[in-house]
Amino acid sequence: MSNELRINKNNFIDQTVRISFKFNGKKLFGFKGDTLASALLANDIHLVGRSFKYHRPRGIMTCGSEEPNAIVQIGSDPASTEPNVRATEIELYEGLEAFSQNCWPSVNFDVGGINNLLSPILPAGFYYKTFMWPASFWEKYEFFIRYSAGLGKSPTKADDDLYDHQYAHCDALVIGGGISGVISAKLAAEKGLDTILIDDKNFLGGSTIYQDEESFKINNANSNQWLAREIESLKSYKNLVIKSRTSLAAFHGYNYLLAREALTDHLSVHERKNKIRQRLWKIRAQKVIIASGSIERPLIFNNNDRPGIILSSSIKKYIDYFGVKTGNNISLFTNNDSAYETAISLSKSGVNVNVIIDIRENSDSNIVKEAQKLGIKILWGHTIVETNGYKRIKSFEAMKLSSDGGNIVGNKIKFNSDCIGISGGWTPMVHLYTQSGGKLQFKSNDNIFIPDETKTPSEQISVGSCNGDFELDDVVNNTIYNVKKFISLDKSSYDKINVNCSKESSKKNIWLLPSDKPLHKTKPFLDFQNDSTAKDVKLALREGFKSIEHVKRYTTTGMGTDQGKLSNMHALGIIADTTGTNMGELGTTTFRPPYTPLTFGTIVGRNVGKFFDHTRKTAIHNWHVDNKAEFENVGQWKRPWYFPKNGETMHEAVQRESKAARESAGILDASTLGKIDIQGSDASEFLNRVYTNAWSKLAIGKCRYGLMLNEDGMVYDDGVTTRLAENHYIMTTTTGGAANVLSKLEDYLQTEWPELDVYLTTVTDQYSTISICGPNSKNIIKKIIPDLNLSDENFPHMSFKDSKIDGVDCRIMRISFTGEHSYEINIQSNYANDVWKACMDAGKEFNITPYGTETMHLLRAEKGFIITGQDTDGTLTPSDLQMDWIISKKKYDFIGKRSLYRSDTIREDRKQLVGLLTDDPKEVLEEGAQLVEDINKEPVEMLGHVTSSYYSPNLNKSIALAIVKSGKKMKGKKLIVPMEEKNINVTITDTVFYDKENKRLNA
Amino acid sequence: MFIINCPYCGKRDQVEFSCGGEAHIERPKQPTELSDDQWAEYLFMRKNIKGVQFERWNHTHGCRKWFNMVRDTSNDKIHATYKMGEKPPIK
Ligand SMILES: [Zn+2]
Repeated sequence: MSNELRINKNNFIDQTVRISFKFNGKKLFGFKGDTLASALLANDIHLVGRSFKYHRPRGIMTCGSEEPNAIVQIGSDPASTEPNVRATEIELYEGLEAFSQNCWPSVNFDVGGINNLLSPILPAGFYYKTFMWPASFWEKYEFFIRYSAGLGKSPTKADDDLYDHQYAHCDALVIGGGISGVISAKLAAEKGLDTILIDDKNFLGGSTIYQDEESFKINNANSNQWLAREIESLKSYKNLVIKSRTSLAAFHGYNYLLAREALTDHLSVHERKNKIRQRLWKIRAQKVIIASGSIERPLIFNNNDRPGIILSSSIKKYIDYFGVKTGNNISLFTNNDSAYETAISLSKSGVNVNVIIDIRENSDSNIVKEAQKLGIKILWGHTIVETNGYKRIKSFEAMKLSSDGGNIVGNKIKFNSDCIGISGGWTPMVHLYTQSGGKLQFKSNDNIFIPDETKTPSEQISVGSCNGDFELDDVVNNTIYNVKKFISLDKSSYDKINVNCSKESSKKNIWLLPSDKPLHKTKPFLDFQNDSTAKDVKLALREGFKSIEHVKRYTTTGMGTDQGKLSNMHALGIIADTTGTNMGELGTTTFRPPYTPLTFGTIVGRNVGKFFDHTRKTAIHNWHVDNKAEFENVGQWKRPWYFPKNGETMHEAVQRESKAARESAGILDASTLGKIDIQGSDASEFLNRVYTNAWSKLAIGKCRYGLMLNEDGMVYDDGVTTRLAENHYIMTTTTGGAANVLSKLEDYLQTEWPELDVYLTTVTDQYSTISICGPNSKNIIKKIIPDLNLSDENFPHMSFKDSKIDGVDCRIMRISFTGEHSYEINIQSNYANDVWKACMDAGKEFNITPYGTETMHLLRAEKGFIITGQDTDGTLTPSDLQMDWIISKKKYDFIGKRSLYRSDTIREDRKQLVGLLTDDPKEVLEEGAQLVEDINKEPVEMLGHVTSSYYSPNLNKSIALAIVKSGKKMKGKKLIVPMEEKNINVTITDTVFYDKENKRLNA
Repeated sequence: MFIINCPYCGKRDQVEFSCGGEAHIERPKQPTELSDDQWAEYLFMRKNIKGVQFERWNHTHGCRKWFNMVRDTSNDKIHATYKMGEKPPIK
């Protein structure tokens, strides 16, 4: 194939640089500057896809981001292939491979096309109505629907492109590089504002840059020439940054905006290597000037979706900008003057303009006269009632409109055309304005919604056609006037500007054009991508839907990847006409970000892989790595899970570690426990208020276990707190709870008890904690700190000593989470690795065994100690945990106290913590497994679930903790754990399985 | 994304802050003297206003101070921020 539809115009397209690409496997070429769409059209390819529901052949319809049909899959590499790319927006590059979507097996022969024949039974809501019932049928439908109606294919491998995020702050952000954006940017720059101008194309100038007509003059030059000089002049401003290929995605409150800059998408694959593909700009602007323009509306008539039916302004851009004829015998169908500009462009480029069908009775504007002068035939007061041609428009039939526009009269006139340009007027792009919270007003003479300047939510202004100005003189003069006012600029280089242009002299709008056939026998498409027709909207109204948001969802109008940019206004118009409502009262659907789809890569930027979240490692981490620890993620922390030796399984390692810790000595890196330093003259009173037990009488040098509740009485965190001095404590929290406990305590201090003299400092990272437990722990500490008197009298359980190891200050606590005689060494983190090694050396003769979190959990479960967050879930009170002993009866108040005797918390049938033993001691329960009493009585009542479960090597049997309804009263009771293969019989026991008398603490 | 004027640090981006719910709900000084219903009122009941609302905010990734904010939830306009313990500058 060749570019036989290319005319010799070189303004924007470099016809000396050929670019080859493939479409559906076929080798084609275009030129530098082409989009995929313009290159396809130059190769006479209109048919690019199938519609979503009826699988009707669909062609390129627009030249921009509103494109509903030309949605393609780019590339076939499993990591970089990208679905749902608009062919109208992708710049052609060497080696580009694109595929049609939503067709199977091929775009020319599509199995789903049968849906088109079935369309009488595929009305609005069909999917809802049919596939809701019976549920079992869904599996059958699903296969067919997914196979035949998918919108593209997701990549199957991780994206290996680079993406970036960057912040930008500016005085003024101008969105859109059309004529009003260019004028605005220049004014802002003249004022001296730090200005950013962004535009989604690779060139500035919007549609004016190729508006080369005598009817549109600025300062006596054709508008395109004037604008080209203005764009050139922008380069001299040092305070103006121009970002092209950058599309605005979202406009949030307080002038915070997100924009996506495409950096390499236009380059050939080998030129992209090692470059950042796309960058997300996070822009905070003092002032925002929206110049996002408008998009042309289609007209809604029978079979208005055939390939070759294109928006009139797009035909003009293809011929004037890309030098591509969209057909050889083109007709136009319009309700306004802009189609005449297209007709003139086509005619000047030597393309035959067959006829202009205009629904208006007449127009005597300059541009119409100019078209007439060129001999172009105009059929006033007519409408198209039918189009013909399956894969490409061949002909159409027109009839005269009745005087009220509601019907047709007279005879059909048939025209042959291989392309029809349609123009239903213009829709201002108010998406960004409304995203920012702005409210709209309806302007009925143009049937448009425009920003209500009295309801603008931030320092912003909309100018140009997105503000409802469509005539060139209005666009230029109003933009200058309004922007000068907005940025307080008195004098500008535009003060003597003179604009001369053709003005539209008559307007007429019919949302749904009549046909000679009854409505139910026609196909007037509204939403081309989602295949909803005017009929569907009317059906939805008949079925009782009234709100535009409901009609939208029921008919899926405006719910495609184009977000209804072309269809929303017509849907509204038809609803208004049918229900006799004013469009302004109906309001619009909500415009949500992003304006055009963003890649996931852009959204996440660099926050992938190891940058996804912080990784926290203890000071002893490298030793764990060197000694082959398997790690577990606990919050952001990496904690040793277990230390397998000689190919041990996890179970084998944990059994060995657990036995060693009780028989001789175990060592644990407990540095991740949260540590909060508490100081101040009211420190004791503060602890009294935040823990359930009493603290005032805790002697200096002693430690105490504390339970912290939420105000609702539920257990929140626990840990040991040590009194270091009269007004100085150190609190430990759970690893995962550290940050939240600190902020909760800060909250109470700052807001409820500001009178307390208390200061909190987190010292989790500053101190590392090494825990040594087991009968030989004392011998090991003795070797490391020979001076310390370790007798039970001098250094009893639940006390602490200041000491030194090799001259380094440390705190030694005698506290135990295993039930064994234990010590915790707290030392500044930069010495922790050395101290750990010293412990290992000293412990060698005692077979000191490093253990991880799994063994820690097992050992504490043998003792029935809870882990908050594992055995508790925010619904258990201390009493539910059988920990009534820790609630002070004497204290007047503490956080959560009042909730402990609410009617709900004193119920006896609450779920309560119990121990479980399996009848078969070898059977280990699954954590999370349900507990039931009677398996045969349906519905089977779930009494609770297993929270912790292990095989205890020290008891030689399986043990578990569980929460069970009325558990406290059920000791000795038999329950059943129903599993998939069998029912496991268990007995409820005490929660303490090992050393119930706590003899080993002082062993 | 708001710009929030921390009473201690000045204007900062919203990402530095976290919201702590309705403001000016004082923890009862004598909880034990409250009925279940009165305690439940303090514990659970919160307004959810469309319009001007008083909120607690924390400058989590900044000075870590709690302060109060008057915000219109219908348009996210922040009318004022003020220190804990101070009277709201707006009714
Ligand atoms: Zn602050």
